[in-house]
Amino acid sequence: MSVAFSESARREFEALFSRFPDREAVILPALYIAQREFGYVSGEAVEYLAGLIGVSAARIEGVATFYTMYNRKPVGKYHVQICRNISCSLLGAEHLIEHLSRKLGVKPGQTTPDGKFTLSTAECLGSCGTAPVMQVNDDYHENLTQEKIDALLDRLP
Amino acid sequence: MEQVLTRHFADDRYRHVDAYVETGGYAALRKALGMPKEEIVAEVKKANLRGRGGAGFPAGVKWGFLPKDLSRPRVLVVNADEGEPGTFKDRLIMSRGPHLLIEGIGIASFAMTIHACYIYIRGEFVREAKILEEAIAEAYAKGFLGKNILGSGFDLDVTVHRGAGAYICGEETSLINSLEGKRGWPRLKPPFPASIGAFGLPTIVNNVETISDVPWIVSNGGEKFAALGVEKNGGTRLVGVSGAVNRPGVYELSAGVNLRDIIYVHAGGIKDGKELKAVIPGGSSTPVLRPDEIDVTYDIESMAKIGSASGSGGVIVIPEGTCMVRALMVLMNFYSHESCGQCTPCREGTGWLATIVRRIEAGKGLDGDVELILDVCDNMMGRTICPLSEAAVMPAQSFIWKFREEFDRHIADRKCPYGNKF
Repeated sequence: MSVAFSESARREFEALFSRFPDREAVILPALYIAQREFGYVSGEAVEYLAGLIGVSAARIEGVATFYTMYNRKPVGKYHVQICRNISCSLLGAEHLIEHLSRKLGVKPGQTTPDGKFTLSTAECLGSCGTAPVMQVNDDYHENLTQEKIDALLDRLP
Repeated sequence: MEQVLTRHFADDRYRHVDAYVETGGYAALRKALGMPKEEIVAEVKKANLRGRGGAGFPAGVKWGFLPKDLSRPRVLVVNADEGEPGTFKDRLIMSRGPHLLIEGIGIASFAMTIHACYIYIRGEFVREAKILEEAIAEAYAKGFLGKNILGSGFDLDVTVHRGAGAYICGEETSLINSLEGKRGWPRLKPPFPASIGAFGLPTIVNNVETISDVPWIVSNGGEKFAALGVEKNGGTRLVGVSGAVNRPGVYELSAGVNLRDIIYVHAGGIKDGKELKAVIPGGSSTPVLRPDEIDVTYDIESMAKIGSASGSGGVIVIPEGTCMVRALMVLMNFYSHESCGQCTPCREGTGWLATIVRRIEAGKGLDGDVELILDVCDNMMGRTICPLSEAAVMPAQSFIWKFREEFDRHIADRKCPYGNKF
């Protein structure tokens, strides 16, 4: 029931507290730090943050489950999130989702057995002028085609 | 056309403070710091600057809602949660001209006697958040932010706060809750944020583009800005065109541009030589238009007159050959996914709208399903804390009103005539 945050993460927590007038305001950024440290937001990390911030674990849990960007279970080395909203759909996103599923051998929401890729669909990523769009970890990939997806995923180590 | 925002966006260096200052950047902040505060607000009012996030509320009037007494510190929150499908203009400002936003924040904060600003940026914009953080650090280093800005005695701190994936947080009270570390549930109004907002303090929430227009207004005067647009809609607007056009992208155009020209002149017309089938003119929440309705001025009042809206400036172009039931299904899946769950009519209503449209598209629609959709819509309109419910209803109703025969045909033929694909 304990997690070991790195020294730099602990320093980041302290810096965060100084930037907001209220300790609870650091919950969102603190959850990002937890996710960066461990790859996902575990129950243990939630307990730790609750103690650090001085609120109940349920308070943190409620936030962690509300927002889509906090992963509550481990994801692959590369989290592939492809937009399925209207502008991307009009330009072929549905076919690209099928292509990704075939290529990776998993359905949206699943991780490849080797732990390399997690495939997800996403709602609008705010990049409609360069649709279709997907995000791999932090990076956007725009004006997608099957060939572009293949070239990108094939060269990821 | 005078470019208020995008003039230097092609220059990669412009995102850095030195290039920004070379082009005259931060002169407006310097000028503002020497002006009486009420005069700055008066210029913004004269500019007819309407909120660019979608609601179109006059920015100067909003600023005037802050309580007169200065006993409690005030907060400026910049809404950079750009999440309305079809909208991608604020991302352009933040990545190409972050100092425009920072300078606007400086001027607006000084005018309203605000010493703390939070930029709430959607979590997916990792790159844009980094660019903003770098630009903010540069501005601190040059004395445009921080203590005693440009020797004026005015102090201002700016903090970037990342959201974490929730469309609802674009709604200002939900955004404030999220900033406070809570779930993004909208708040009942009143109290309005101007009296009790972030951290219980008087708070003004403005969109990225709205704030970024402020330096130009201070430099050139409100009247000149107003003259760039049309009556009641001053200035230029960033219009994002997406979907089936030859040149998708963001265009800076007069607030009085014609919608047909946006599509056929600026965005180069419909892709692959196709005909136009429909336009969602101002982000996914705005009522859809048929091709015979698009000869209209894109300002807020003219669009309202034809029963739609220019909203957040996101024009989504739908070509011939598109299944409108499937298009609506995509939108209803979105609203159902994004309803925060606080109000029953929205939580249940968006779910049912998605379920019914999905079954119609799957060829399993029942007689009476179209009427059922409209009935569900009636029970969602005006019955919730925030406008997300209406944002789902407006496309649902307008798709049915304007493309009813497609819904009926799906139900009668028990299949999608377009083969269940785009």
